[in-house]
Parts: sequence; structure tokens; C-alpha cells
Amino acid sequence: MTMNPFDLGPHAGFIIASYVTTFGIVAGLILWVLIDRAKQKSDLADLEAQGIKRSAATSQDPASEETSG
Amino acid sequence: MAIWDFANPTRFVRLVDRTLPWLVTACVIAFGIGLYKSFFMAPEDYQQGDTVRIMFIHVPAAWLAMMCYSVMALSSLGTLVWKHPLADVSAKAAAPLGAAFTFISLITGSLWGKPMWGTYWVWDARLTSVLVLFIMYLGLMALWRTMEDPIKAGKAAAVLTLVGALNLPIIKFSVDWWNTLHQPASVIRMDGPTIHPDILVPLLVMALAFTLLFFTLHLMAMRNEVMRRRVRAMRLKAAAGPRAASATAAPQPAE
Amino acid sequence: MTGWMGSLFRRELRLAVRVGGSGLVGVLFFLAVVTVIPFGVGPDLNLLARIGPAVLWIGALLATLLGLDRLFQADRDDGALDLILMSGRPTELVVLVKCAAHWVATGLPLVIAAPVLAIFLNLEPVAIGAVTITLLVGTPALTLIGAIGASLTVTLRRGGLLLAVLVIPLAIPVLIFGVSAADAAVNDPVPFLTPFSILCALTLISAVVGPFASAAALRFSSD
Repeated sequence: MTMNPFDLGPHAGFIIASYVTTFGIVAGLILWVLIDRAKQKSDLADLEAQGIKRSAATSQDPASEETSG
Repeated sequence: MAIWDFANPTRFVRLVDRTLPWLVTACVIAFGIGLYKSFFMAPEDYQQGDTVRIMFIHVPAAWLAMMCYSVMALSSLGTLVWKHPLADVSAKAAAPLGAAFTFISLITGSLWGKPMWGTYWVWDARLTSVLVLFIMYLGLMALWRTMEDPIKAGKAAAVLTLVGALNLPIIKFSVDWWNTLHQPASVIRMDGPTIHPDILVPLLVMALAFTLLFFTLHLMAMRNEVMRRRVRAMRLKAAAGPRAASATAAPQPAE
Repeated sequence: MTGWMGSLFRRELRLAVRVGGSGLVGVLFFLAVVTVIPFGVGPDLNLLARIGPAVLWIGALLATLLGLDRLFQADRDDGALDLILMSGRPTELVVLVKCAAHWVATGLPLVIAAPVLAIFLNLEPVAIGAVTITLLVGTPALTLIGAIGASLTVTLRRGGLLLAVLVIPLAIPVLIFGVSAADAAVNDPVPFLTPFSILCALTLISAVVGPFASAAALRFSSD
């Protein structure tokens, strides 16, 4: 049974508000993760440009020096 | 394929890089189907009318709020018992996500409550427990933020998470008890004994979509955290660099 | 009581009583909170009698939280905490003894002050007795749960506020059953013993969980 999705009845405001808030919070989370990633990447690039090598604890795996993706 | 294979952060990051596109695709598809079903297929509830559509995000968010705490509790066990190097990364990455989903379930719950109960907030047992859970998430995040050393912060947060995990059933029980004492049996039951399949199917699809979303964001946040620690280690090394002999006295750089 | 526990207990008690007198400040704070309530809700004696047990319990909770950051902080500042941790005694027992001393110095004065403050709130004699007994049983639980927060925040410069935020969610069950038991003695929607025995159980649980979690947190913070 298909129905008209644009007629949400007398409480349309509450339904729309719920979905908009949820969308906003989820979008905020995604943005936070992406911005954080960009920041860490640029920090890593800066440090590597200064000629600082990765710490000895993780450098046994030389193939992974550059981050892919 | 044991969990110890991911103990190497570099290998973990590579694995995340490889799985992430698949997860994102699955998540988008699940949300597409779920949203389509919940708006176009699901009928109005005979009692709640169209507001039943709020359930399609409220219930999955509440489910994630609890699942996220379980993930954190398991990670804390990983930190304290098995000393897995990625366990506290996982716990730290999960805390803001859990807080966000708990917040979503609180907001949608009160937006659902207004047409149903006539008020945005009732001190209903379920809402109150979720509010306490929200405070616990925020407290954990505050603890993470105030401690400089990620290893020590991880252990402290792990202790608190496990104590909280022990305490949550007690809180649930006492809030239920308190609630029956103060509101004798006038609470509207939100979930009837049987849910119509037309509503249940979109609900399950949305729950799956939210779960996929959580794991996607969790993996991405974990990858960020691994990189953040790498940056921190490199900065410490750089600061200690000129006089590497006395590396133990390395000053802490501002983060 | 074995020798070292007795001497640790006496040391803690002496420090708590002599330096600063934190127990008395806690009681003073308790008095201040109870005095402020009528200004907030109005001087209606019936209303005050109805919410009196809750006010006393919340006042006691806040006063306990206020004193908790001293539980390990002073010992950490002068290095005594490291010595105690390295002494080879079970840390859990050390925490338990310290909590006991802390409770005697700060919690017991609150319990003793509660009947006096209850008069301000127009409580009946039965209710006064019930509140005092529930506080006597419940405040140790608050101290023991608070010890977890205190040991988690011991390394922080200004941990007091964070401590309160971390401890309050954990203390909610104690508050619920403490107030319910005190209410039940007067209004009897349920028999007094039902919530009261659960309150006792919560105190016993926190006597186990508190020292273990707190000792774990202290060990992690020191190494």
C-alpha cells in the first residue's frame, strides 16, 4: 500500500522536526570525523616535511609509511 | 583471523581504508530503503497516526545508545584485561558517537511525547534512564578530554566505563521502582505487544542502517585517533630531538 | 583490626579532624543548602514536610561530593599516596580504610546534623528517625562510590567539578532508595523495609565495587 508521504497529518511539525534534528546531528558527526581526519593528515604532513620520522615503535613496517586512501 | 591481527595500528588503518567504501555503500543503501519504506510503505498507526514515523529513528537511536555503551564496555575490558593497544582507541572513538545517538533518542523521544502525552518531557522510567546514560557519556568524554596522556586517560575511562556498566542495570531497576512508586500505571506503553509487519520491517531496516552508520563512523573516528596519537608521538620525539640523550625529560607540547 | 589498618585509620582521622576540619565545613554546607531551600520553594510548612527527606538527602549528597576531592588529593600532593601504594599492602583494603576514616570525619557529622536540620523542615519524629537511619546506612555508599571518582580525578589539577559529574549518575540508585525508605516510613505506599533493605544491599555492593575500582584507578594513575 503506497500513500502520500507529504501528508503527515496533524503532527507534521513534530515529525519533520525529529527528522531534521536527527539529520543535523548525524551530519555534524560526519563533518566532525572528516574535519578531524583532514587536520590529522595535515599535521602528519607538516611533521614529515620537517623531517621527523615515525617513532620506533611502529616503524618495523616500512611499507606502510605512506597512508593510502 | 584473530583480533590480535589488528593490534598493529598501521595494519588496522590499512584494513579500515579497505573496508570503509563497502560500509559506506551498505549504509547509504540501507538508509535509502529504510527511509523509503518508513515514509511510503508504512501505514499510519491506528492509535498514534503519522507520529509513528518518529519511531523509525527514535528506536534505532535508543538501540544504538545502548549498543555503543556495550562496545565501550567490551573495549574497556580489552584495555584492562587483554591490554589490546586499540581497545582504548575504540572506547574513546565510541564515546562521542554514543552521546550523539543518546541525544537523538532523547530529542526524538520528547518530540514524540508532545503529541502523545501532551508534554515534551515526562519522568518516565525509560526516558530517565536514557538521560542518566547521556550524563554518563558526557562525563566519560570530559574525563577523556581532561587527561593529557592518552594511555592513562584510557585506563581511567575504562575503569569508569566498567563501573558504569555494572551500575546501569541498577540504575534501570531503581528508576523503574521509583517510577512505579510515583506514577501508578498511567504510563502509555510505547510498544504494543505485537507490531504490525508493515511497521516492523521499516523499523528493522532503519535499525540496520543506523548500526551500519555507527560502525562506519566508529571506524573513521578510530582511524583519526590512531593518527592523532601518531602525531602526538612524533611531536614528543621532535621536542626531545635536539637532546635525544635526555629524552625522558621531554616537555609536553600543547595539543 | 590488624595493626597497619588501625594506624592508617587513626592517621587519616587525625589529618581530617586537625587540618582544616573538613567535616565541620561539610556540615556547614549541609546547613546552608537546607536553609536555601525554603527561599526557593516558599515557607509552606506542609510542602517542606513533604519534600523534607528529599532535601536532606540531596543536601547530604552534595556535601559528600564537596569533600570527596580531599580523599586522595592531599596524600598525592605530599607523596604519601605513592608510599602507601608501594607499601605492599592490598590497595583495596587501603582504600576501604581511607573511606571509613573519611566517612567518620565527614559523613557521620552529616548524619548527626540531620535530625537538627529536619526540625527546620517540619518533619515528624518518625520521619526524622527514618531519614537519620537511611542517611546512616546510605552515606557510606556515597563515600565508597565517590572514592571511585576521587581516584579517577586524583591526577587532575581541578578535579572537583569533574568528580561530581562522574559520581552523581552512579549515586542515583542510593538517592532513590534512601529517599523512598524515608518517605515510606511516613506515607507508607510500601513497607519501610523494602526500600531500606535494598539501600543496605546497595551499600554492601558499593563496599565491594568501590574499593576494587578505586584501587585499580589509583594503580593506573601512578604507574
